[in-house]
Parts: sequence; structure tokens; C-alpha cells
Amino acid sequence: MTFEYAPAPESRAIVSIASSYGLFINGEFVDPTGGTAFKTVNPATEEVLAEISEANQSDVNAAVNSARRAYDRVWSVMSGRDRAKYLFRIARLLQERSREFAVLETLDNGKPIRESRDIDVPLAAAHFFYHAGWADKLDYAGLGPNPRALGVAGQIIPWNFPLLMLAWKIAPALACGNTVVLKPAETTSLTALLFAEVCQQAELPPGVVNIITGAGDTGRMIVEHKGIDKIAFTGSTEVGKSIARALAGTRRKLTLELGGKAANIVFDDAPIDQAVEGIVDGIFFNQGHVCCAGSRLLLQESIAEETIDALKRRLQTLRLGDPLDKNTDIGAVNSREQLNKITELIKSGDDEGAQRWTAPCDIPDKGWWCAPTIFTNVTQAHRIAREEIFGPVLSVLTFRTPDEAVEKANNTPFGLSAGIWTEKGSRILWLAGQLRAGVIWANTFNRFDPTSPFGGFKESGFGREGGIQGLTAYLRSATDGDDQAKGMS
Amino acid sequence: MSDRVEVRKTYKLFIGGAFPRSESGRTYEVHDTDDKFLANAAKGSRKDARDAVLAARKGFDAWSTATAYNRGQVLYRVAEVMEGRREQFIADVQAAEGLGDKKSARVIDTAIDRLVWYAGWSDKYAQVLGNTNPVAGPYFNFSIPEPTGVVAAVAPQDSSLLGLVSVLAPIVVTGNAIIVIASTTRPIPAITLTEVLATSDVPPGVINVLTGDPGEIAPWLASHGDVNAIDLTGVTSTELAKKLEIEAAGTIKRVRRPAQPNWLATPDLSRLGAFVETKTVWHPLGA
Repeated sequence: MTFEYAPAPESRAIVSIASSYGLFINGEFVDPTGGTAFKTVNPATEEVLAEISEANQSDVNAAVNSARRAYDRVWSVMSGRDRAKYLFRIARLLQERSREFAVLETLDNGKPIRESRDIDVPLAAAHFFYHAGWADKLDYAGLGPNPRALGVAGQIIPWNFPLLMLAWKIAPALACGNTVVLKPAETTSLTALLFAEVCQQAELPPGVVNIITGAGDTGRMIVEHKGIDKIAFTGSTEVGKSIARALAGTRRKLTLELGGKAANIVFDDAPIDQAVEGIVDGIFFNQGHVCCAGSRLLLQESIAEETIDALKRRLQTLRLGDPLDKNTDIGAVNSREQLNKITELIKSGDDEGAQRWTAPCDIPDKGWWCAPTIFTNVTQAHRIAREEIFGPVLSVLTFRTPDEAVEKANNTPFGLSAGIWTEKGSRILWLAGQLRAGVIWANTFNRFDPTSPFGGFKESGFGREGGIQGLTAYLRSATDGDDQAKGMS
Repeated sequence: MSDRVEVRKTYKLFIGGAFPRSESGRTYEVHDTDDKFLANAAKGSRKDARDAVLAARKGFDAWSTATAYNRGQVLYRVAEVMEGRREQFIADVQAAEGLGDKKSARVIDTAIDRLVWYAGWSDKYAQVLGNTNPVAGPYFNFSIPEPTGVVAAVAPQDSSLLGLVSVLAPIVVTGNAIIVIASTTRPIPAITLTEVLATSDVPPGVINVLTGDPGEIAPWLASHGDVNAIDLTGVTSTELAKKLEIEAAGTIKRVRRPAQPNWLATPDLSRLGAFVETKTVWHPLGA
């Protein structure tokens, strides 16, 4: 017998969204000089939420100048102990206003409230709390005594975890004594703008954090701005390459967090029920809009059929729909553009001969949605096995021996993450050594923590975020002049 | 002066543990600082660079899985064999760099000592650069530095041996394989070093040395899909550095372009940590 779920929507009354937003420069909201704006939309309903300013070159200049002034006059000369206190304040404010942030994130991004409430926002607060404590302990960061900040950091973040990516960028930059100019993705600016309010409430000195909104053009202006000492970017590998080219020869520092095509490897001795939960979490968390998503499932041949059957059974219980509903597992795809990209890759799977199974679920009339999809009979040559789909689409491949699993798992230009499911400890540690990826989850998947460095091998980018290793992305040693490696952290 | 006519050496490349001539069949003249002819060195080509990448990838597979103890012993062995050839290195560096007796001896002794220093790091850097992470949940989580892969390097143009060793040793001790382009005008000490490498238990392909013009060879390495990183220490032209960085962007290579320090000074750890990738492993805790 099945029970129907009654709707259980989280109230959106806690957020008040303005009809339009300015740019956050030098501690206050200002109108964009060009006067142009774009709309941000709730992807679950296509309702327009607000008008967002588009920053042009003079706005970017103003933001960089503000950050430079704040760096020279305030932030770089403030004691680490005091910088820490501002960061602790921000962490506390994020906790205090966590429900508001969660609802706003879900409205603007489309992710289930369960995830924004339990993962995105608490982790964002935790990142500020962790890095706050570093601000007066940088002598122990591994770069020798008296390491120095880099200066003004330009930070460009994606739409999949808007507030969390902001925290990953701003918290270490500020802790290390840098000031920032941050640009959120154009489809998810709202929580960054609410964060600007948090900076005001924390009485963070003006100009330490500047948030400017806009699309690719604005991002390019940040990347090419000569007043910026360091660029940190999270997003597609394609854009990452163009940023690396733009910075060539400039000695400005760069860290890149790019795409992935992670293998999630299940051996025949794995606890299948737990593995199925991990597979689901690996690829359907956040609608698969996760750079470290376990998008290639590698099943040992002897358990392939049984695992796929169990996976299909499990997927039939996932609830797709209103992201604000507390029972929702799969929210909306963030934009029509992204849905088109996912749909196009699904079609390529069909065309290239893979076998598709789509979870039976009702798709709402409005908004952008993609039901959980599994492809079997996938070969390594298929596009769905090679390209990052960034959606709830899982490609299943099989293997016979551990060596074959390693071969297939590493057969990608990416190297961000990987999963291992087996009860055999020696195999986990051996395999963890063999996989060319920056984060290995064994008998778990998609775990994040501010103390734990995150970042990729190969074309998944360079530099780490989180942990002691992440600090070096925003510091240079006292003895290092301009000779620190570009892109080396 | 004896009447004996000396046996001169043919200077070649060092790829995959062997000493091939350049595939291009080209050589170029090498002179000492008084402009006296010393030798014809091989002028490496695109094909040589590609052969070196192939060899380096094979070398990497063996070297990166060797134990840290083993890697340390191999590098220490290089120092041992260098010590035995100390006089030859002094003569080579004198001819190449025009240094006096005392200075050239100091340079060679520092180069040998530097190898010993880095050899000792083989089983320690992971303890300094790695750690466990106290994550807020029931998981055990640790981070370790792993080699980046195949690294292409342009060795310093001036410091033909000490500079080369100082660039090469940290890359290799951390488990990477290297293709290094020796100083263009002062390649002979590097070539003598390859003879040491060939007899020091360094697995074939782990260290590959090319001679020739970095402006010609390095772009092929910077754009090569199987090279993971480039070290531009020896690139003095901003224009070439920019070109190489643009090529490197195509496959998100790690690029390092440090200034040239005083090679005689004790290095810090920045080069040891330059071509490693932090890998973090999670596992749940539970009874």
C-alpha cells in the first residue's frame, strides 16, 4: 500500500525580495552606471523574482578601486585577530538568517529546500567559522612566518551552489587578508546580494567585499582587470581555459575549479543498498548540477543487473516537484539553457545507442525539469560517458577486474572526484592511490567540509578550496616576491 | 701535455634512458665563455619532444608508484655518482660558465649537496604537506600530496648545473617524471649529468634531457596533451613565457614561472610543493 504525501511547502514569507537590486560597491548598494538590468527567475515557476543590475566596465573599475582602497587602508593593516572577528560575525549572521537564505536560494536556484536548508547554508556558515579562526594563525599555514595576502581577488562563481561557492571564495580570501570583487552567476544573484546585507550588518569595512552582478561580459572585465591580483573561478572547463589564456604572461595568480566526470565504482562485495543510496546521492543531489557528481557509474559485471534493478526501484520513490516542499528530492533545473544542454546530451545518448530509462514522475506544467535518467549499455566512446552533463543523468558502464575499473575511471581529461564501494579495506586504499582525482569518497559520496580541501587533478582545475591547502590560494610567503607560481597554490 | 690525441665525446639527448641523436639530424655549436669551440650539441626538435613525453609517461607510471624510500635512495645514488665525477663537473662548469676554481667547486658541491637534501625529502614531504582533516561528521578524512604527472621544464640559462639540479630534483623527488630543456648555450654540464643519471638506477623515462632552443621545443611541450605541468624557470623572455602559458591553458596545465633565486642559497619548500596535487580521501566511521 502506498501513502500519498500531503504538500509540505516551506513558507516563503521569511524572505522579502526587492523588485530591483543595485551593485554592492564600497559597502553600499549603488545603481549601475550603464543602467542596464536583467531578470532573475524562479526556475520552478518561471516567475520573475527581481531585476538584477548588469555591471559594465566603469562599475567593475569602481568595485576594483573600492577593493584596492579597502585593502591598502584597512584590511591589509588590520590585525589577524580583528579580521577573524568580522568573519566570525559573518558566520553567526549566516546562522541567524539561515532559513531566509535557504528559502531565497531555493527560490532563485530551484534546488530542494531540504538541500539548501541542510547543506548549502550550514556549510556556508561553517566555511566562514573555519576560516575566521585562521586569520590570526597564518604563520602556521605552511608558508613560513609572516605570509602576505595577494591583494585584490576577483572571484567568479557558478549557479549550482550560489551561497556556498560564495563562502568558499570569500572566507579564505578575507581570512588571508585579501579584499574581493565577487560576481555571482547571472541566474542566481539573490543570495549573494543578501550576503551583501550581512556584510553591512557585520559592519565589515566598506570595500572589503564588493559584489557585482552580470553575465559573461562582466566576468571577462574582472578577469582582464589589471587592478586585480588574483582570479578564482569555479565553472566550466571551457571558460577556465579562456581565463588561463587571458592571464598568460601577467603573473596574476589563478585558481580554477572546473568540470568533472567522476567515476563511482561499485565492486561485487559492496553493500548494495548502501551503494544505491550513494549512487543516488552522487548523481541526483542538486539535480546533478554538481561538478564532482558521480556521473559515470562503474559496476562490476557480476552485480550490474542486480544493482541497476535496485537503483531503478529506488529512483521510483524520488519525488520531483516544488523545490520549497520539504519532501522534494529533485528540484528544478536552474535555467532553460541548462535544460536544453541536458536534453541535447540525453538525445546524444539515444542516438549513439545507449539504453535509456527515465524515472516515472509527473513533470510540473511550468518551470524547467528533468526526471532522473539512467543510461545502460554505455561505451567509453559515447558523449554521455565523456562530457559533463551537469544534470540528473547517470551513465552506467561495467568492468570485470580492479585494473579495468582503474583504467576506465581514469579515462577522462577530468580528475575532480571518484567514488569507491567495497567492503575490502586494502582495495579501497589501493584504488584511492590509483585514481587520478582530487577527492575520493569511499563508501560515501558528495561529502563536503570546510576543513577538507576540495579541487581537481588534470583538466578539473588547480588549487584547492578548504583546509590548510586552500589557504595557499590567497597567500604568498614573506620571501616570495612576484616569483610565486601563477596558478600554483 | 701528452702527445696523445684525446677521444672526444659526441653529445646527445637523453630520452627514455637512452642517448639518441636528435631525430632532426641537427646540431649546434657550443662554445666556452672565451668563445672557444667545445662541441656540437644535438638540436632537439618537435619529434624529440614528443618522444620524450612518451618516455616520461612510461617513466611516471613506474616512478610514481615506487616507494618514497626507493625514490630517496635513487636520488641519493645520483649524488653519489656525481661525487665520483666531481672533477669532470667542475671542468664542465668552468668551461660553460667561466667560473674560477673556487667558485666552480662551490657550485658543484652545492649541486651535489642539494640532491642529497632533496633525496632526504622523499619520505618527509608528504608528512609536511599532508594531514588529516577533522571533518564535522562520522568520517575519517586525510589529504596527501600526489605527483602531478609529466612535467616539462626549461632549465636556467645561466646556472647550467646547479640551476638545473635545483629545478629537477624537487620535481622528481615528489614522484613526477620530467622533460627538461637544458641551458641552450651551456648544455654540456647537463649532458654530463645524463651520464650520471643513466648509471644511477633512475628508471628510464623519469628524467629526460633535451638540448636545443627552448623557443622551438617548449611550445610543443606546453601544448602537448600528455604533459601535465610546465616549469618556466629558465624562460627569460616575457613573450615566450606568455606564448607557453597560452599553449598550456589548452589542457589546464599547471604553470610555474618563478624568478631565479640565488641558486647557492638553501631553498625553501616552494618547489617541493609546486607539482603535487592534494588528494583527499573520505571514509565513514562506524562499528
